Amino acid sequence: MTLSALAATLPASGGGESYQPPTPAIFWQPLFEVGPITVTNQMAWAAIITGVLSLVLIMLSKNASVVPSKGQWLLEGVYNFPRNSVARDMIGTKEFKKYVPLLVTLFLMVLFYNLAGSFFLTMNPVTGKVGFPIALTLVVYVVYHWVSIQKMGLGGYFKHMIPPGLPGWIVPFVFLLELITYFITRPLTLALRLFGNMFAGHMVIYLFVTGAFYFLLHGDGILLQALSVPTFIMAGVMVLFEILVQFLQAFVFTLLAASYIAAAVSDDH
Amino acid sequence: MEITGSLSLIGYGLSAIGPAIAVGLIFAAYINGVARQPEARGLLQPIAILGFALAEALAIFGLVLAFVL
Repeated sequence: MTLSALAATLPASGGGESYQPPTPAIFWQPLFEVGPITVTNQMAWAAIITGVLSLVLIMLSKNASVVPSKGQWLLEGVYNFPRNSVARDMIGTKEFKKYVPLLVTLFLMVLFYNLAGSFFLTMNPVTGKVGFPIALTLVVYVVYHWVSIQKMGLGGYFKHMIPPGLPGWIVPFVFLLELITYFITRPLTLALRLFGNMFAGHMVIYLFVTGAFYFLLHGDGILLQALSVPTFIMAGVMVLFEILVQFLQAFVFTLLAASYIAAAVSDDH
Repeated sequence: MEITGSLSLIGYGLSAIGPAIAVGLIFAAYINGVARQPEARGLLQPIAILGFALAEALAIFGLVLAFVL
């Protein structure tokens, strides 16, 4: 890969092997094979997270009452964030209720898949494998096209893409651009944004941790070995920063999904 | 001096400049808006984060292309 080519340029300090910077290959963690399918670490953790999340949500909401118990109060706090500040603010008070289940599920799934990157047992974001963001994006993709076509009809949907009041000669160009936006750019950026953030963040943490261990174990002299201390601190700082990014990306994913749905639901362009 | 490696990484560095400036401008405008009208914070926040996400997409394209090409 491209990064390993860079490694050759770094001077090999220390006695033995030179430092190997992380490559995308670190995300390939197969566990076992079932027929033609290889079950990876990320798939196993996705299943565990989804199972635990479902169980906890069912348990906390089972005995819902007007006077909430402690667990219900906690759940409502979590639930109200995507409901109020994403769904209601983006889609509008009239029609947002229909989309709250989808958006809350998306938010919680993306959030906990992301947070697996900072959880001490996994230390590997599930969404760092591109398949997971693609699957989540496919759901959003189908939903916002379906909602648009249901509301406006197929012809009306294409007509809706062109803002009113444009001079005639520019309409085909705008239509082409909007067509690319709706069918290619939107799903592509939605999936790649989540994937790219988690992928890059995990790589950076991996780089700092392995770099610190390399300095400590193979460093040439006490000075290079002492350099492992700031590198370790930097790794810790990056983990804290990553937790922020993981929350932010879950929010952004849900916010964009809501805004795509809102564009379909709202009457004005 | 001989340098080996991939030009894709330099390409990624270049592609990150534009989004970096854009994200800075977006949050500068957001801070400006909140400073002038603190009660507009709730209204401005989703807009700012939406703009941030759209600008950031370009940097993400660069990152992905750096690995793909």
